[in-house]
Amino acid sequence: MTTAKRLLINAGIIVLLILMPLIIKRSDIITWFYLTLLYIISSHSWNIIGGFAGQQNLGHAAFFGAGALAARYIWLHFGLPLPLALLGGAVVATAFAMIIGFPAFRLKGIYFVIGTLVLAEILRLVFDTILPRADVMPMSLLATYSLVSRYYVTLLFAVLTVGVVYWISRSRLGLGLMSLREDEEAAEASGVNTRKYKLVAFAVSTFIAGLAGGLYAYYGVAIKPGGVFEPVWTFDAVIIVFVGGVGTIVGPIIGSVFFVLLQQFLSVYLPGGIHVAVFGVLFIIVVLFLPGGLIELVTRLRGNFARGGQTN
Amino acid sequence: MIELVAQTFVNGINIGALYGLVAVGLSLTFGVMKILNIAHGEFLMVGGYFGFWLFTLLGLDPLYGLPLVAVAVFLLGAGFYKLVFSGLARLHEETKVKNSLLVGFGLFLIFPQISRMLWTSDEQAITPAYSGGSFPILGVRCGYVPLCALVMAVVIILGLHLLLTKTYFGKSIRGTTENWKSAKLMGINVERTYLITFALGTALAGIAGVLVAMTQTISPDIGMSWTLKALIVVVLAGIGSVGGAFFAGIILGVVEAVSAIFIGPYTVALGLVIFLLILMFRPQGLFGKA
Repeated sequence: MTTAKRLLINAGIIVLLILMPLIIKRSDIITWFYLTLLYIISSHSWNIIGGFAGQQNLGHAAFFGAGALAARYIWLHFGLPLPLALLGGAVVATAFAMIIGFPAFRLKGIYFVIGTLVLAEILRLVFDTILPRADVMPMSLLATYSLVSRYYVTLLFAVLTVGVVYWISRSRLGLGLMSLREDEEAAEASGVNTRKYKLVAFAVSTFIAGLAGGLYAYYGVAIKPGGVFEPVWTFDAVIIVFVGGVGTIVGPIIGSVFFVLLQQFLSVYLPGGIHVAVFGVLFIIVVLFLPGGLIELVTRLRGNFARGGQTN
Repeated sequence: MIELVAQTFVNGINIGALYGLVAVGLSLTFGVMKILNIAHGEFLMVGGYFGFWLFTLLGLDPLYGLPLVAVAVFLLGAGFYKLVFSGLARLHEETKVKNSLLVGFGLFLIFPQISRMLWTSDEQAITPAYSGGSFPILGVRCGYVPLCALVMAVVIILGLHLLLTKTYFGKSIRGTTENWKSAKLMGINVERTYLITFALGTALAGIAGVLVAMTQTISPDIGMSWTLKALIVVVLAGIGSVGGAFFAGIILGVVEAVSAIFIGPYTVALGLVIFLLILMFRPQGLFGKA
């Protein structure tokens, strides 16, 4: 595919997404689109550190939650404008990541994974205790609540996020990250400053995670402060990235669409909560047998077709 | 005042013995096969519910039911090892650890949902007639059930220690831990050793589950918090040390019980903060060699 053709397709998709709320008026469908976009942002944020850099961060919820709470307070309780609140949330998440980031990267491999997992749990427990009550939007805001404006803001940031990740994947930074994912010692030996690269990747990743949290804080009518640190925010992102395709640009996008569709579909036909178990099974299958995710499946099938065509 | 302190210590030791028991299983699997099973707590949850079933459906005393639960969870663990973990055994060490984490995380999504279907989300407990009973020693109240759990835990750990140090099978486990390739060349069936070790680890979690159901309550969602407890203890002790894990469990139990007096609901977070600090500054654990 040529660059021009690819650009045209992307632009077409974005235009369709912009026009969507004008054509479709059903709020449940707009909510699905909103969720898909939110998952694209959140999972791509995880993809930077977990996919490209290969550092599986199981504390994604810590940064999502930090961004969500900070943005919520700046926006609702300090009464500052929304863009400032979103920026504030993202900055808080990054600052937090940097405070724990310096020591956290002393942790290699598995220690990093369980360390981040534990970090999110600490925050969840603390906020469940300090702020046990849900934070509800005031009536004045509820009266003018508009789902479509939430959708558009999220669409804007989803496009920006994908753009940033695309740029990273093409840049020196991306190359450095992938080299340290493949072999940290070899990367170091060839002159890659792995510590610096990991830290930059962690900063960008948590900034976007905080942004996703902020967008959720802007969307949620009632938010339980401990709830934004729930492990499910980590797990959804991780599942989406793995099912879609780790360390790719299109993977998390396909993964998000697939995830939301399957989630809605299953929750209609199965008793509550079982869809989570289905995702668990799916996730294990992908990790064990299809490490490239859906993307790999598609390429393989396409390859088979192509070969089938030649032999005939 | 003295009595309060003594009581706190007794409570801490009682709960700490359970932490130790859970952690020993996790430490065993991680030490031997470099698989970190974050679904470890899920096997505890399932074990607790098995004991609950035996007690409510068959009227079997949980202490008699304990061996049955151990066997059932052993088989369950063996099944899951065959099904999902055995494929990882051949991978390069770092990839193996990471993938085992991801697989365990998938199981963590599956187990609570299934147990919710079987046992609803209500909190349950095993309450035999003697469960509330206690006797005083020097003004400190000792519950029968917690004491029994403590004795059980000690007996099981001792048994495990003997198994690892005195039997031929224990030798094959230790050999495989040190170097599985050489062990294989010496004629040890590495695959079977892995299978039994993993199943043994889950069986220990299952036994702990029954004791948890007797001393506290169980619900489908307790798995992760017990995995985290076990992780804290394992890291505290240094990975792979069975005796160390047990003592570290008791230390954690006592620290939590004492700190509960001062910081109340934040106690759970305290354990995790200690964990992070140890990871950062003494990753080899308190009892490990530098």
